[in-house]
Amino acid sequence: MQSWIPLVPDSASTFSWQVDALYFYLSGVTLFFTLLISAVLIFFVIRYRRRTPYEIPRPIAGSHKLETLWTIIPFVIAMTMFGWGARVYFEQYKSPTNAIEVYVVGKQWMWKLQHATGQREINQLHVPVGRKIKLIMTSEDVIHDFFVPAFRTKMDVVPGKYTTLWFEATTPGTYRLFCAEYCGMNHSGMIGSIIVMEPREFDNWLSGNTGNTTPAAAGQQLYQTLGCASCHGANGEGGRGPTLAGVFGKTTQLQTGESVPVNEAYIRESILNPQAKIVAGFGPIMPTFQGQISEDQLVQLVAFIKSLPAGGQTQPAAPAASPTPNAK
Amino acid sequence: MADVMNSHTDPHAHPHRALQHHFENMEQQREAGTLGMWVFLVTEIMFFGGMFLAYTLYRSKFPAAFASASNHLDIKLGALNTGVLILSSFTMAMAVYSTQVGKRRQQIFCLIATLILGLTFLGIKAVEYHDKYTDHLFPGHLIPGNPFGPAVQEHGQPLDHHKLHLLEGATLPQVEMFYWIYFAMTGMHALHMIIGAGLLTFLLIYSIKGRFDPEYHSPVEVIGLYWHFVDIVWIFLFPLLYLLGRHLEHG
Amino acid sequence: MRPIEYYEPPVPSKVNYINAQYGLKSWLLTKDHKRIALLYLGSITFFFFIGGLYALMIRLELLTPQGDFLQSATYNKVFTQHGIIMIFFFLIPSIPATLGNFLVPMMIGAKDLAFPRINLLSWYIYLLGGVVTIYALLAGGVDTGWTFYTPFSTTFSNSYVVATGLGIFINGFSSILTGLNFIVTIHTMRAPGMTWFRMPLFIWAHYATSLIMILGTPVIAITILLLAFERISRVGIFDPALGGDPILFQHLFWFYSHPAVYIMILPSMGVISELIANFSRKNIFGYSFVAFSSLAIAVFGFLVWGHHLFVTSQSVYAGMIFSFLSFAVAIPSAIKVFNWTATLYKSSISYDTPMLYALGFIGLFTIGGMTGLFLASLAVDVHLSDTYFVVAHFHYIMVGGALMGYLGGLHYWWPKITGRMYPEGWGRFSALVIFVGFNLTFLPQFVAGYLGMPRRYHAYPPEFQVFNVLSTAGASILGFGMLIPAIYFVWSMRYGKHAESNPWHLPGLEWRTQSPPPTENFEVTPIVTWEAYEFAPAEETQIVGKFGPELEQI
Repeated sequence: MQSWIPLVPDSASTFSWQVDALYFYLSGVTLFFTLLISAVLIFFVIRYRRRTPYEIPRPIAGSHKLETLWTIIPFVIAMTMFGWGARVYFEQYKSPTNAIEVYVVGKQWMWKLQHATGQREINQLHVPVGRKIKLIMTSEDVIHDFFVPAFRTKMDVVPGKYTTLWFEATTPGTYRLFCAEYCGMNHSGMIGSIIVMEPREFDNWLSGNTGNTTPAAAGQQLYQTLGCASCHGANGEGGRGPTLAGVFGKTTQLQTGESVPVNEAYIRESILNPQAKIVAGFGPIMPTFQGQISEDQLVQLVAFIKSLPAGGQTQPAAPAASPTPNAK
Repeated sequence: MADVMNSHTDPHAHPHRALQHHFENMEQQREAGTLGMWVFLVTEIMFFGGMFLAYTLYRSKFPAAFASASNHLDIKLGALNTGVLILSSFTMAMAVYSTQVGKRRQQIFCLIATLILGLTFLGIKAVEYHDKYTDHLFPGHLIPGNPFGPAVQEHGQPLDHHKLHLLEGATLPQVEMFYWIYFAMTGMHALHMIIGAGLLTFLLIYSIKGRFDPEYHSPVEVIGLYWHFVDIVWIFLFPLLYLLGRHLEHG
Repeated sequence: MRPIEYYEPPVPSKVNYINAQYGLKSWLLTKDHKRIALLYLGSITFFFFIGGLYALMIRLELLTPQGDFLQSATYNKVFTQHGIIMIFFFLIPSIPATLGNFLVPMMIGAKDLAFPRINLLSWYIYLLGGVVTIYALLAGGVDTGWTFYTPFSTTFSNSYVVATGLGIFINGFSSILTGLNFIVTIHTMRAPGMTWFRMPLFIWAHYATSLIMILGTPVIAITILLLAFERISRVGIFDPALGGDPILFQHLFWFYSHPAVYIMILPSMGVISELIANFSRKNIFGYSFVAFSSLAIAVFGFLVWGHHLFVTSQSVYAGMIFSFLSFAVAIPSAIKVFNWTATLYKSSISYDTPMLYALGFIGLFTIGGMTGLFLASLAVDVHLSDTYFVVAHFHYIMVGGALMGYLGGLHYWWPKITGRMYPEGWGRFSALVIFVGFNLTFLPQFVAGYLGMPRRYHAYPPEFQVFNVLSTAGASILGFGMLIPAIYFVWSMRYGKHAESNPWHLPGLEWRTQSPPPTENFEVTPIVTWEAYEFAPAEETQIVGKFGPELEQI
């Protein structure tokens, strides 16, 4: 972060400077009129202060010329703002041609994205510089809003319909993605990042490569980036989802009444097909991660869950409806 | 207008017993009462307006489903109720007139007739609601797989009056949407009828006690306005809910 | 130079509306608009401090980015309840139900509102709505945001949505009845000679406000009702599962809730017109322009709701129309600001507390109004909607505008209402503290908003902390500033200096009767022969302070 207080966010899309320019124009006009009114007020208040307790100033009825003047001038200024804003807006919401399409599904409280080439991401979006990206968005539950301040654009994500949003990133880097429409308990946790890459790097990323850290550490990384923590807790202590810490090697009670041992196979199955064996007391709310993570990554996740110390609760006693402390 | 009135020229040496202390004279009091009711009716228009907007929106979105569901409403009972309400508006207008000219017996008779007609409307409406309930057309009961079973007529089945015939292009959730709006609108209308019946009862008691005279009749007039408004709402509801899509009726 | 002549009752009467009758029953069953105004004053003050307590919790939570003071579920309830209490139970009734209730009949020379019983009923309805809402808050609260957006409110929220909605629904009727009463009173009960264009601008503002109340409130009532039905029956018109459109809810909601902003600000503008004219002893510059701008705001205010939906995938062309109309509705507000400023030219300005609030209002409202243009401007709104910029903007209107007007008006009419003076020194001091605290609270939020900090966030990225620390610091000053008037107002009711009938030496009708006024307001129905704010006869150019001859006869 910069050491000074910034006035505008990072600029990383073709809209950024357009919106900024209009913003500066609006700020300039606002500043001008605020200072003008304040200066006139202060001048009048001092100049025409009451000097004797019983003085009565001469009445002035008003002036049609002045009224006309200060009706027309603000109107003309307002129309410049309107025209300029409408022009940029039209650009922003006009569907582009030749765009890379990305599908976005919002759900409480994560972003699920899938590239047209099949790669899935959660709370992250990798995009190349200099290409138009078009997001086709919908929601599984409530209204969300896909907001990237650095791109100066946002669009609601509405259940029951598709909404679209497009942008063209100009500067490589990592930028914040926010949910801007209040969507319930963990609304403020529904944030992610947009990773803008040079086209060659992006191609590399698309073809897939992973780092060389230990499986458990990589699993922990995945646990965070995949959004597991928002339901299972940052350290697997549980919440909307069952407790993960310390359950490995024990048995757990299912909704159906039967008990199953918690082993590698069960964890793997629960990640890929969460609805198959639901722990008693929880709802079928977990999304499938089938196709989003590789076998390697599954192993890393299993390794991470195995490594969790039995610090918290040993059984998933918390009912699904109880509020979860924010995982952050 | 208040500014042209002058308290010094009040012809009445003794103010009317119904004159409230803060009014200058009966004329001002009557004017305030009438204007108050008109303003209130404006709020009522806005209140029903929200529902009419929802109706219009979904009717244009799901025309087939709305026609299918509308066709299943009982047009005979609906038409009968329309007649009942129009008649009650007439008796209400007569009640106002007879109060103004001071015919007390006729006034009481007209109020009773209006009340009976209003209650008749509510009774017929209750019958209709009951029919919809037994046909499993209550919102929330329509979703396939519910314990009440489908209320919809399959293609090729013999005509069953208790089953709804789905026109081409209509779906069950959309039909449910119609019934939701139907119950919301007619329910709010019925609530207004019930309130109106309460107001009529109050008028009746006061008439029997002889509180109204040609100089003081604004409660009858004002409640009459309300009654006519509620009637007019029904005049809009009947064609919108019952008559649309009749021409697409099967068989 | 002659001193201003002003009315003193020939035989000062000891009997006034406060001591005319004693006992709890005489208050709870009163039909006197002045007593009902006091009942409202007490109740909205109660709700104001509850809402303020929630504000305090919000600011404490946001001091640090982690979200460590409250749990996220609690925080969501806190900001929701802050909004609901402040908007529906404080701001909307604030000026109309207290100052308006007290002064509308007095300013037009009537003995009471047209329907005193309905006036009392409206207070009971308000109270019932308040009790139901408080019940909902105590039972577990509500976490939908004050906007109740579907489908979160209908399907996903686990909180007391129906009970809260019922509270707001009930409360809406109190607002409708108040508006109805004002309209009928202003139409039919003006004193002889009180023509439309002799009415104080406060009355014009209340007339415009009442129009919005009667046209808008029923729409929110039916919307909330449909939402509650939908939540109870589990299906409904906003439900995507039935092919319903959740955005329809937003249209219906904002059809009321945008004009509701004008319900809050218009009466305040009315108060400011009174303060500016009376504390500068000058008739309002361009009276008819100020009067008609209130009506223009009320009318255009109903056509701009769509600017809350620029990023909901509403049609681009609809967006353009709503944007255009939103810019258009800014013009009448600009006209008012220019006219107030011009009124001060060659006037005689006193620095009494109400005037300080009025001057503060003009500055803050200018900022609030101009930042509204950012949000009306389509492309910038795409970036700014649902950020702290919006939060800052509407607080500039509602606190910097509506609340400043309310406090200014309360100080101004306090001697008339209670018959006592508030302590002037403390008044000026607290006005200054509130002004500084308010700006420190909300100015940083403009910047945080443009940087992209979304609203309704329980925890936030660390780069926004500096703005939130400033805001919280400002909020503590603001909160402290609010306590001072609360204390000295209560103190002054018993220990304040006795007020004269016309302590500010003003020509308005409400000052031509004793303080506090008698139950019937005026001993004789006044006959109005003067224009509004007629400090000096209009045809005279010399400085003369003299009222009409009728008063001298009284």
